[in-house]
Amino acid sequence: MTLKIKYFGMLAEITQCEEETLSFSKGTAADLLKVLFEKHPILEEKEFQIAQNQTFISNDSIISNAEIVLLPPFAGG
Amino acid sequence: MTKERKPKPVFIEGAISAEFIGNSIAKHQSKTTIGAHDIFLGQVRADQIEGKTVKAIEYTAYEDMANSKFHDIREATFKKFNLTCMHIYHSLGTVKAGEICLFVFVSSPRRVDVFNAIEYLVNTIKEQVPIFGKEIFEDQSHQWKVNS
Repeated sequence: MTLKIKYFGMLAEITQCEEETLSFSKGTAADLLKVLFEKHPILEEKEFQIAQNQTFISNDSIISNAEIVLLPPFAGG
Repeated sequence: MTKERKPKPVFIEGAISAEFIGNSIAKHQSKTTIGAHDIFLGQVRADQIEGKTVKAIEYTAYEDMANSKFHDIREATFKKFNLTCMHIYHSLGTVKAGEICLFVFVSSPRRVDVFNAIEYLVNTIKEQVPIFGKEIFEDQSHQWKVNS
C-alpha cells in the first residue's frame, strides 16, 4: 500500500520533510520504522510517537491506515 | 444522558490579548449561577539557555488530533468536576516573551471545583495535546521546547 507519512515540529526540520509518500508492504509499526530509519537515519536518535487515525500506536501495531504521523515531544502551554 | 457538546475552536493565531481575556470574563456576568471562576494564563518565558535569551516561541500543532484531544479533555473535565462552563484557547504561530499563549477559564457555582479542574486541565493539555514549540533566540537561532 502507499502510505502518507507526516512529520511535525523538530522531526520535520531534521528530515527536511513535512509530508512524503512511500510504498509499504504489510507489517507492523516496527517494520515501518526500519524503512523510515533507512530513509532518514537521523530519526533513530530522536524521541517520537507514531499516530495512526489520531491514536498512538506501539511497535507491534499493524499499519492499516494510509496516513501515519510522527510526533516529537509536546510543548503546549 | 450526558449532553453532547460541539467541538469548540481552541487555536488562535498569535498571542492571546488581555482584551480578549477581559471580554471573555465580561461575557459571564449574565450567568448568575456561577459563584467562582478560575483562570490559568500561560506566558512565554524569556529563558536563558547557554547565554542566549528566548525572545519568542513559534507554535505549531497536529491540528486535527489536537482539536479532537481538546474536545476529549473538555468532556472528561466536565464529567470529573461540577463546572458551569469551560473555555480553552491556545496560540499558534509566533508568541513573544511576556505574551500569553494559553488561556484556560473554568466556572462553577463553588470554588473547590474550579481550583481542582484548572490544575487537571492544564496538566492534561500539556501532556496530551500534540502542540510543538520552537524557541527562537535573539540571534535567530532556535531550539525545540519540550514540556517538563
